[in-house]
Amino acid sequence: MITAAVSMTALGLGFGCLLSYAARRFHVETPPIVDEIETILPGTNCGQCGFPGCRGAAEAVAEGDAPVTLCPPGGREVALELADIMGVDCGGGADASGFVEAEQLVAFIFEDHCTGCTKCYKRCPTAAIVGAAKQIHTVINDACIGCDACAEVCPTEAIILRSKPKTLRNWYWERPVQLGDSAPREVAA
Amino acid sequence: MSFFIRAAQLFSIAGGIHPETRKFLSSNCEIEDMPLPPLIRVPLQQHIGADAEPLVKRDDHVLKGQLIGSARGAISANVHAPTSGRVIAVGHFTAPHPSGLPVPTITIRPDGRDEWGPRLSRLRPEAAEPEEIAARVAEAGIVGMGGATFPAAVKLDLRGKYPLHTLIINAAECEPYLTCDDRLMRERAEEVADGAAIIAQALGVDRVIVAIESNKPQAIAAMRRHNLVLGKRIDVTTVPTLYPMGSEKHLVKAVTGKETPARALTAELGVVVHNAATAHAVHLAVRYGEPLIRRVLTVSGRAVGRPANLRVAIGTPVKDILDHCGGLVEEPSRLLLGGPMMGQPISNLRVPVVKGTNGILALTKGETRKNDVMPCIRCGSCVQVCPVGLTPFEMNTRIQAGDLDGATKVGLLDCISCGCCSYNCPSNIQLVQGFNYAKGKLAEEQSRKLQQEETRRLAAAREARLEAIAEAKRQAMAKRKAEMAEKKKREAAAKAAKAAETASENGEAVE
Repeated sequence: MITAAVSMTALGLGFGCLLSYAARRFHVETPPIVDEIETILPGTNCGQCGFPGCRGAAEAVAEGDAPVTLCPPGGREVALELADIMGVDCGGGADASGFVEAEQLVAFIFEDHCTGCTKCYKRCPTAAIVGAAKQIHTVINDACIGCDACAEVCPTEAIILRSKPKTLRNWYWERPVQLGDSAPREVAA
Repeated sequence: MSFFIRAAQLFSIAGGIHPETRKFLSSNCEIEDMPLPPLIRVPLQQHIGADAEPLVKRDDHVLKGQLIGSARGAISANVHAPTSGRVIAVGHFTAPHPSGLPVPTITIRPDGRDEWGPRLSRLRPEAAEPEEIAARVAEAGIVGMGGATFPAAVKLDLRGKYPLHTLIINAAECEPYLTCDDRLMRERAEEVADGAAIIAQALGVDRVIVAIESNKPQAIAAMRRHNLVLGKRIDVTTVPTLYPMGSEKHLVKAVTGKETPARALTAELGVVVHNAATAHAVHLAVRYGEPLIRRVLTVSGRAVGRPANLRVAIGTPVKDILDHCGGLVEEPSRLLLGGPMMGQPISNLRVPVVKGTNGILALTKGETRKNDVMPCIRCGSCVQVCPVGLTPFEMNTRIQAGDLDGATKVGLLDCISCGCCSYNCPSNIQLVQGFNYAKGKLAEEQSRKLQQEETRRLAAAREARLEAIAEAKRQAMAKRKAEMAEKKKREAAAKAAKAAETASENGEAVE
């Protein structure tokens, strides 16, 4: 009985020491750049970039596995900030031609199909869906980031993503037609 | 003699253009009252700021002057029923705006009786406190009627924030074609002067200057007749006929010689500017308790059968007004609300006129230009005429390259969108159109940035909330567990006691 107890304790201690040594010896330093990138990303873990949450995306960007333009809700601003940190050229501030601006999307709930299951409401990372059990849910456009999380969980497929509706407040004139718009200027060889 | 002395006191503004004014089309038409249209559509957003909140619902009967939309927030304005009738819809309708987007609108079918509801109580401006006048102006839903539609009462409340000394009544009416302010002053000079004096009273200033462009001699003469109202001296200053003299900051520069700092208010110089039509509306609101439900506007352009100056109910559809003026004699190449320089093109004739609509122009091909865009030759014509002293061609190049920040650095945000640069460009480059686009784009980017911060906050709030819920659940669980344990213990104790009792009883029995 005593031998068994002693040997088990010894084994435990031994493994403990070994493990703590290994933890120190083989410690993987998280590059501080990952934290820095994570603070720039929206932090909603919406998953639109295809990585597991904003942390995963930050790691991928830091590794260089993902382009700086990976975050659709972040848009141009986030892309430029990321480019700043990563030192990559995504076109820079003067010329953002390397970055195709994603159209802002928002979720829309077809009220006829909504059963009031509250699944989307629970899933929304920005609490942009208003609703209660067995009540029709609706989306607050200003808070929605168009991450598609609600559409995925909707059991009746009542949610779609549509382009953010224009209102009088955010409407503005289109860029006027300028010389050379239709036909690209020839570049001298 | 005095005229020349006054003229010598004027100060010059930079740039500006001299477009053909074509005011003769309507300047000799007396203001006439337009009969009520069969349908009136009153948008709840006729002003800068938050839209008004509807106070009526479908099938309600409203009386003339009744409050149907109440101001929401600090910068907003009340909306009143322009006539008596039945509300047939509270919903959305196309806005009188180039986008043609829907705007919350109350549709009223007039009953033809034009029956007044209870008016606002009258004020005696001689004895009224400035706050009372400002409150009355807010109640009457008065906004800047020169086109900017900024709630007038907010401007009256600047008294406490800045040391004010001068009120300038903007009657320059520098936009071509428009003659409504001209006619208003010619026919109702006394009322305009009275309104100006009331505004001065509300602002607590003693100096009132009415600035009128030199191409309106009759209006100048009419306004000169009323130089002492409510104990305030009213001076009439003739300013040169030059577009954009009616721009607030430029008018202040021309009249006082002081230049307003970039992106600041004229109030910082101690000067407040109000439009002549606004002064008239203030007169009606304070003296007669009449809210802003009608306005004078100019209907002009060669495509209009009979150009006119009309007093119309707010909410009258453009089509009814054009029909009243003999309809369109020609397919207009351009249909505008406002003046030809800064007016808004509309595509739908059924949109209503609003508080800020000072004109409806139907321009023929001969009156508009649409020439092919040619390359910029860097002639500097746009720089010469820019009243703000910007370099439009440079801003345009940067905007074309997608460099909005660069355009901001060379002054994009100081652009007043007057359109002088586009007017003067020999290559027909759409300069001001590009600046409007860039300003909108910048505003959108700004709002996106704000939204991103907000998203982060919302996400953090949600995490915290979920955490709190989980924590509450854990605690409830722990509590329940403790309770269960307690209960079990008690039950066990009770059982033991019972057992002991039975045992003792048994024992006794055994004994």
